[in-house]
Amino acid sequence: MSGVRVLAGTRKGAFVLSSDGRREQWEVSGPHFPGWEIYHVKGSPADPDRLYASQSSGWFGQLIQRSDDGGATWEPVGNEFSYQGETGTHQWYDGTPHPWEFARVWHLEPSPDDPDTVYAGVEDAGLFRSADGGKHWQELPGLRGHKTGPSWQPGAGGMCLHTIILDPSAPGRIFTAISAAGAFRSDDAGESWRPVNRGLRSEGIPDPDAEVGHCVHRLAMHPGRPSVLYMQKHWDVMRSDDAGESWREISGDLPTDFGFPIDVHAHEPDTVYVVPITSDSHHFPPEGKLRVYRSRTGGDEWEPLTKGLPQEHCYVNVLRDAMAVDSLDSCGIYFGTTGGQVYGSADAGDSWAPIVRDLPAVLSVEVQTLS
Amino acid sequence: MMAADDVVRVALPAHLRTLARVDGEVELQVSGQVTQCSVLDALEARYPVLRGTIRDQRTGKRRAFIRFFACEQDLSHERPDAPLPGAVAAGAEPYLIVGAMAGG
Repeated sequence: MSGVRVLAGTRKGAFVLSSDGRREQWEVSGPHFPGWEIYHVKGSPADPDRLYASQSSGWFGQLIQRSDDGGATWEPVGNEFSYQGETGTHQWYDGTPHPWEFARVWHLEPSPDDPDTVYAGVEDAGLFRSADGGKHWQELPGLRGHKTGPSWQPGAGGMCLHTIILDPSAPGRIFTAISAAGAFRSDDAGESWRPVNRGLRSEGIPDPDAEVGHCVHRLAMHPGRPSVLYMQKHWDVMRSDDAGESWREISGDLPTDFGFPIDVHAHEPDTVYVVPITSDSHHFPPEGKLRVYRSRTGGDEWEPLTKGLPQEHCYVNVLRDAMAVDSLDSCGIYFGTTGGQVYGSADAGDSWAPIVRDLPAVLSVEVQTLS
Repeated sequence: MMAADDVVRVALPAHLRTLARVDGEVELQVSGQVTQCSVLDALEARYPVLRGTIRDQRTGKRRAFIRFFACEQDLSHERPDAPLPGAVAAGAEPYLIVGAMAGG
C-alpha cells in the first residue's frame, strides 16, 4: 500500500512523520538528534530507505547523519567540508573582503539514481559532493571560484547555498541558488558555472539589474518540464521558461510577493504554491492569516488556500526549505512553520490539517512517496 | 592490567557523550607527554565521530564555544602542546571539555 514519509528538520532535532496513502492518521517519530539544529533531511529517490540529515550546532559544528532504514536508525558519516584550493574572500557586511569560512550544511540533494551520491549546499556558499554515501566530501570549486565570487555578500541569514536542483532531463545540468548572490547554472556536472539572473530586479542593491547580488530565496522545477523554473526572490515571484536564461515576474495578484518557499504540484507543472509574507521587516503572514497561495496558470493569477489554516492571530513564518509535495494521485503538499506546526494537505491545497502542532521551529520539510 | 596513573580521565558535554555513545567519563591511555593535543588525539582516535566537534579537523583550532578546564583552571587559551597538570596526567583529576554557556 502506498504511503508517505514527511521529514521535518527543526531547531532542536529531526522528526519523521509517517502515514498511509490516505494521509489522515500520522505516526510521529523523534526527536532524532535532540537539541541539535537539523537544517535539512532528505531521502534518496533511488532508495527510499536511504536518508541524509544535516546536523549542526553552534558549539560542536557540523555532522552528517545517514540512515539506511528509513530513519529508524542513524549513523554519523563524514563531516569534513574543506574548501578546495585557495580559500579566497567574499564581501563582508561592511564591504571588506572576508575569507570563505564553512559554517553549516543548509541543503542535501541526493542523486536521483545513485543512493551513495549526494550534494551539499553550504554556508559560506559552496557546493560539495559525496560519492560514497556521505563519508567523504569534495568541493566543486568552480561555483565559489566564479569570477563574481569576491563580490558576493551574505544575506541576513548568512551566505548560504540553499537550493540545489539536478535537472533530470539533462545529465550534468545543475541549478543552485545563493543568498545573496543569485541563481547559477552548470551544464557540465558542476565544473563551471554562470549566473542566470537576467530579468531579476532587486531594489536593495546598487544596480537593480546586476548580474549577481540578488537575494534568491528558493527555486522550484517540475521534473517533467525542466526548462521552466519558478523562483521566490526576496521580493518578487519569478518564472523562467528557458532554464534560467531569462526571468519574468509572475507575482500578479498576490497580496505581497515577499516570501521564502515555492513549490510545484507533482502532476501539474503550471500549478505553483507560495506563502506570502508581509515584508522583509515583518516576517509573518499579512493580517495574521496563514494563507498558501496557489496559481493554476503558472503564475500571475493566484488564489488563497485557507481551509484548515489559522485565519487570525497567526504570526509564524515558513522558511525556504520547509515546503514539499508528494507524488500520490491526489498531490499532497506539506509545510512547516517557525511556530512548530507541520501542515499537510492531501488534496493539492484545497484543505489543510496540522500533522503536528508543537515541534521546535521547523527549518525544513521534505516528503517521500512510498510504494 | 593498566595502572590508574596510565589513564587520563576526560569528561565530555552531554551532546558529545551522546555522539560517542558513552556514559560518564571517558578513560584514555595517552602515549607520550600528556598535553591537550595528545589527549584530544587519543580521544578522536577512540571516537572518530568526535572529529571536528571540539577542534577544527585541519587546523586543530579549538571551536569557539568549547572550553577546556582542569583542576579549577581554564586551560582554553593554553598552547595545545603545553603539559597538562600532573593531577590530570595521573588520572587524579578529569580533563573537562565544556560547551560554553551561551544560546538557548
